[in-house]
Amino acid sequence: MKITEEMVDYVAGLSRLRLDPEERGDMTRELEQIVSYMDVLSQVDTQGVEPLSHVLPVCNVTRPDVVEPSFDREALLRGAPKRDEATFLVPKAVE
Amino acid sequence: MDILDLTALELGQAIKAGQVTIPEATRTALEVIARENPKNNAFITLCADRAMDRAKALQDGLRPDAPPLYGVPMAAKDNLCTQGVKTTCASKILGDFTPPYSATALERLDSAGAVLLGKVNMDEFAMGSTSETSFYGPVKNPRDLTRVPGGSSGGAAAAVAARMGWYALGSDTGGSIRQPGSYCGVTGMKPTYGAVSRYGLIAYASSLDQIGPLCRDARDCAAVLDAMAGRDRRDSTSVDGPYGNVLAQLDGDLRGVRIGLPRECFGQGLDSQVEAAVREMARALAGRGAAVEEFSLPVMDYVVPTYYILASAEASSNLSRFDGVKYGWRAEGYEDLTDLYEKTRTQGFGKEVKRRILLGTFVLSSGYFDAYYKKALQVKSVIAGAYRDAFSKYDLLLTPVAPTTAPKLGQSLHDPLKMYLSDIYTVPVNLAGLPGVSVPCGADRDGLPIGGQLIGPAMGDALVLKAADAYQQEVRP
Repeated sequence: MKITEEMVDYVAGLSRLRLDPEERGDMTRELEQIVSYMDVLSQVDTQGVEPLSHVLPVCNVTRPDVVEPSFDREALLRGAPKRDEATFLVPKAVE
Repeated sequence: MDILDLTALELGQAIKAGQVTIPEATRTALEVIARENPKNNAFITLCADRAMDRAKALQDGLRPDAPPLYGVPMAAKDNLCTQGVKTTCASKILGDFTPPYSATALERLDSAGAVLLGKVNMDEFAMGSTSETSFYGPVKNPRDLTRVPGGSSGGAAAAVAARMGWYALGSDTGGSIRQPGSYCGVTGMKPTYGAVSRYGLIAYASSLDQIGPLCRDARDCAAVLDAMAGRDRRDSTSVDGPYGNVLAQLDGDLRGVRIGLPRECFGQGLDSQVEAAVREMARALAGRGAAVEEFSLPVMDYVVPTYYILASAEASSNLSRFDGVKYGWRAEGYEDLTDLYEKTRTQGFGKEVKRRILLGTFVLSSGYFDAYYKKALQVKSVIAGAYRDAFSKYDLLLTPVAPTTAPKLGQSLHDPLKMYLSDIYTVPVNLAGLPGVSVPCGADRDGLPIGGQLIGPAMGDALVLKAADAYQQEVRP
């Protein structure tokens, strides 16, 4: 599988990461090496095999629908890089 | 009696017998840390005052029926949330993060009387096999300070090896407890997926992550597992199982136990000294009554690519939460919200983390999803099936933990693919959700520890530890 710098830029954009030119070159080379190695999986016959998301036979785990107290707001806000009395602060997102 | 020579369980007994107090044990560990940490960099955060206060309180509350690890000082990997104690994940982006809650596993050990000495170093976000990707500098192997301790729980393994505490908690996504255990010469166990709650473990690859102990021997591992395993309503992937009395099952008797050696794990790429030591371990297990034979497990060529596709995909999703808004570090000088996200993540993550986020985003992206991510989930099913078949014939499997002993510092990171390939013997255990333990089984010509890996069927944690303990009884001088 050939990986191009354009593909790496596209994926970096999706990941909210920016790469400088040197990093972009390194990552392109390394990802091509890694992805090419992963192509070995195409040799495995998986016709009719269901994708396995969870190894244990566990599904639809529920709990009683009971109201419980949430975390203390102040305790959670204390970790925020920028905040006011009651909310997280971010730059204006909608004009 | 030098209390540093005791196992965690022996120290627990000595505390109960009044031969040593909890503050004495804690002070001793803190002294070792003060002496050794400048050399091996195992700890990121030390909680000396907190630990001494806790030790005094525990000593005051000591009762004859205290749990076996009551008062025993320990360390926790820095991706386990600790209320009121900084939890960095060895990253810049969580450099000042102090969680508002603790991981369930640590809460349970807390109620069993654990004394937390501090938080131990690791690869950033648990991504790496050498503990060199930490933002806080590499960990060095206490057995040879020019070598890596393994990773990602390298600080935890180094701490136990250098006697900076009697046991440590790590996490294992693809070998991150077992491989550093092997490199540092300590016993490290990854429980069955779901046996220990992941609540409060900062997620790398949620379908593979599992918390486990690194200890001086298998008996200590059993005691730690007994204290922390079991279903937790805050982790819906945790399950009930036969936990709580694993320690009582370690009777050293392996008569009637069938152990399979997968031929594919003893071939190309395996160092001959490692092979010889693991085969010697097989003979010792046979000496305890086990029936040992070779068999074929024809999926080993596919385990590393499957693992890195799935782990990276989950990482790219899990790490999207680090955006400089709700907690953690935020970059300066941003113009709008997207700029804030991009600058924070670009400056906040290290290179290996970025590489895995990019790889994971690639295999999940439109046009490549079926060929890589979906294909890997199908191959995972094939791999899990091969292990299921193996466990219809054998009770346990024995393999090496890693193809070599600990490499020199600085040798691995320039060739990521080569580093990934060294995980071949450990990653399938996570893919199939099985319990595995890494047991020290000798040393190479340079005196570097070698580890053998015992693998059991799902929920076979007690048998895995029983065999590890029987081996340790057999070879104990």
